[in-house]
Amino acid sequence: MSVEGIGASVVRKEDKRFITGKGRYVDDVRIHGMTYAAFVRSPHAHAKVKRIDPSEALKMPGVVAVLNGQQLADDKVGNLICGWMIHSKDGSPMKMGAWPAMAPETVRFVGQAVAVVLAESRNQARDAADAVVVDYEELPVVADVRAAIAPGAPQLHPEAPGNIIYDWVIGDEAATDAAIKSAAHLVSIDLINNRLVPNAMEPRAAVADYDAAEDHYTLYTTSQNPHVARLVLSAFYNIAPEHKLRVIAPDVGGGFGSKIYIYPEEMVALWASKKIQRPVKWTADRTESFLTDAHGRDHITHAQMAFDKDHKIVGLKVKTHANLGAYMSLFSSSVPTYLYATLLSGQYVIPNIHAEVISVYTNTTPVDAYRGAGRPEASFLVERLMETAARQLKVNPAELRRKNFITQFPYQTPVIMAYDVGDFNASLDAAKKAIDYDGFPARKAKAKQEGKLRGIGLSCYIEACGIAPSKAVGSLGAGVGLWESAEVRVNPVGTIEILTGSHSHGQGHETTFAQVVADRLGISIGQVAIVHGDTDKVQFGMGTYGSRSGPVGLTAIVKAMEKVEAKAKKIAAHQLEASEGDIVIEDGQFKVAGTDKAIALPMVALAAYTAHNLPDGMEPGLKESAFYDPTNFTFPAGTHICEVEVDPNTGKTTFINFVAADDFGRMINPMIVEGQVHGGLAQGIGQALLEGTVYDDNGQLVTASFMDYTMPRADDLPSFNVSHTTTLCPGNPLGIKGCGEAGAIGSSAAVINAITDAIGNDNLVMPATPVRVWNAVHAKQAAE
Amino acid sequence: MSTVKLTINGKAVTAEVEDRTLLVHLLRDQLGLTGTHVGCDTSQCGACVVHIDGRAVKSCTTLAVQASGATVTTIEGIAKGDELHPMQAAFRDNHGLQCGYCTPGMIMSAIDIVHRYGGNLDEDTVRAELEGNICRCTGYHNIVKSVLDAAGRMKVAAAAE
Repeated sequence: MSVEGIGASVVRKEDKRFITGKGRYVDDVRIHGMTYAAFVRSPHAHAKVKRIDPSEALKMPGVVAVLNGQQLADDKVGNLICGWMIHSKDGSPMKMGAWPAMAPETVRFVGQAVAVVLAESRNQARDAADAVVVDYEELPVVADVRAAIAPGAPQLHPEAPGNIIYDWVIGDEAATDAAIKSAAHLVSIDLINNRLVPNAMEPRAAVADYDAAEDHYTLYTTSQNPHVARLVLSAFYNIAPEHKLRVIAPDVGGGFGSKIYIYPEEMVALWASKKIQRPVKWTADRTESFLTDAHGRDHITHAQMAFDKDHKIVGLKVKTHANLGAYMSLFSSSVPTYLYATLLSGQYVIPNIHAEVISVYTNTTPVDAYRGAGRPEASFLVERLMETAARQLKVNPAELRRKNFITQFPYQTPVIMAYDVGDFNASLDAAKKAIDYDGFPARKAKAKQEGKLRGIGLSCYIEACGIAPSKAVGSLGAGVGLWESAEVRVNPVGTIEILTGSHSHGQGHETTFAQVVADRLGISIGQVAIVHGDTDKVQFGMGTYGSRSGPVGLTAIVKAMEKVEAKAKKIAAHQLEASEGDIVIEDGQFKVAGTDKAIALPMVALAAYTAHNLPDGMEPGLKESAFYDPTNFTFPAGTHICEVEVDPNTGKTTFINFVAADDFGRMINPMIVEGQVHGGLAQGIGQALLEGTVYDDNGQLVTASFMDYTMPRADDLPSFNVSHTTTLCPGNPLGIKGCGEAGAIGSSAAVINAITDAIGNDNLVMPATPVRVWNAVHAKQAAE
Repeated sequence: MSTVKLTINGKAVTAEVEDRTLLVHLLRDQLGLTGTHVGCDTSQCGACVVHIDGRAVKSCTTLAVQASGATVTTIEGIAKGDELHPMQAAFRDNHGLQCGYCTPGMIMSAIDIVHRYGGNLDEDTVRAELEGNICRCTGYHNIVKSVLDAAGRMKVAAAAE
């Protein structure tokens, strides 16, 4: 390991601009002649739009135009789509209702846009948006899943009778039923996986600039995947063909999934820019973010896990209702199906699994992937079941898990996934040691003397990331391939530009990607620049989500580097009059092995570009590209253990310790990996303790600001004890598994397992606020 | 419209603003100081924190006219040329930031915390004092480390002066 190479905790190259206030986010972009957009949004969760009257607004100072959904439809701008086809168990395709970017006829959630005002300033646009008069005819509202599927419920979309989008199944039902019927022990559970609002700190924003002379659009946008945005805007929304549309995602202030999708506002900004022949800027305020960013989770699940007399799992049966909101967001259909039910085997040998997932429309904000996307829901279910089973069977929760661990790899689960490698005992042992698991009973007894309830909870999670083999996801309904691309440009002076289709919105690619290149060539990371986030610069890319930048994006860079190195070795061999096979790369030099003959990288690069003395027939230049399609998912796994103390008088939960022992394969920059874990843990703990999305019966989002929705603050969280065990992923040359989501996937269950252990009552709903915990404590006491 | 005169990062500034213009919008939209961010509009998240006369203030909840006559320091004004402020350096060295959006406000709040507590900072105090700054990326672990590290560096720097 060199000081800046693979495995080194190098401080981040990108930090200088962020800590000095020189980051460049979308709202920082200013273009001459720019107008500001403010959307007119529905205050009703379900209503007919009877009339939109812009006359007063148009008289107001600075107002340039007021545009509406009918004009959008007249210009043949396409409806928003969901790009992953799911089929119901009867073979019918999912029922996708039409979602226009501004509603010309019907609104189906509070905050849905019906019109947009363009004005000279932000304040003028907002003032005028308030003055647009919209007549609505209110319709009956269904804001939760159970109400939506009840007989006689109001119908949201004519395409989806009963508000059911699909009723999907996976696994062998008959075999699972048989296993359950013959089981020695059966554990049942009912769970709610609470709806969350991603809340990246940077609100979504767009700056759209139409150039009439070239009939060309430029869009600056808060995107995790600018090429996917361009593809969807071109191919489905008819904004412009790809060569007439440049999408730039500059510095982006967090995403967590919410910035994967192409939203109505970005489409409207582009369209409006041509309409008024002026650049258009739109920046969400926080309440707009709450109302319009895709939400996450929102499952209701009943599940049964069956054990034989030796406490080996023999079957798992799951029925989940997933709330997808009022419209199907871009990848919404895949989240509660292929990203959820395929992980229901957890870390365990479970011979029979069957899951049924019914996805439902409600008059709420659309739901899609949020950090972990389906896998946190699966992990929470399996790990709540394991903990509950241990309590009911009166066995040690760690040992019940150990008894059922998968130990032979590769391992084919009954739900599609083939785990390539892992060592679940190693991470369990590491986490137990880190938290002194065996010393817990003494700590619990001591706490009891002080009137406090001490609890400990485990979560042994596994997830599938590094998405994904294109052919495999294609066969499962994905509308896109999930490869990644990269280009390596060695400049004539020997500096290197790496153009990647991955996108960094906090993950530190400018550092870690440079480390891999520096490591291969024996040069400094200062000689390597990482270019991303601009469709005019980068050849293509599928972007960053699903913890794919390491295992997929970096592998594409390695593949391109291999080509560059092969060509450079040929040039070096020619220059040194040596055999190509004898050339080794060390310390930025191409050396003839076993001799003192060498040529430095800049001289090789210069030779490639002067082309005065290249091997016969060789093209000049030193630049290569690669597209890399992974062969499998990768499977990060680990154990989280949480120890808490509950005050029975107040219901307040206090963290004593939180340990995470994770296996991410090879780590390029452990400091950055641990940072990813910390952030993920905070989001999982936030889900468990703090974050609850509340709609009232009228479909009003009650928690639509940071005053009402509890974001984790510094004093809500502990410092984390993070460690690693390692099994290298065999599926990519770096052995990387992906680390971006694991924290959020494993931690919620550990927290709830700890609190329910402390209070002795398993009936506890997330977020486990003090009042809920207090009620659970007192319900237990009353029952006794 | 009103005329505001203030000193921003050591420079005298005069600007015409609407009476309702928030300080953050004066900084960002009129003066091009885009390091100060808006994250929530309701004074919860602290991405907009600047110093007014040496105290941390949320510039999204301050009218520009209220700041007239004051000395304002933003994230752009705390380094001495190429020499980072110890808090900036500590955030970099401890990986106290990821996406960078909350970072300017975090750093400005943290400097104020260290000034108020001097060397008497511990983890619990830092966590309690950061209540008004929200970060979605880091889980605060490395932010807390950064602030504690910087408190030590600032003490050394103060002793040297």
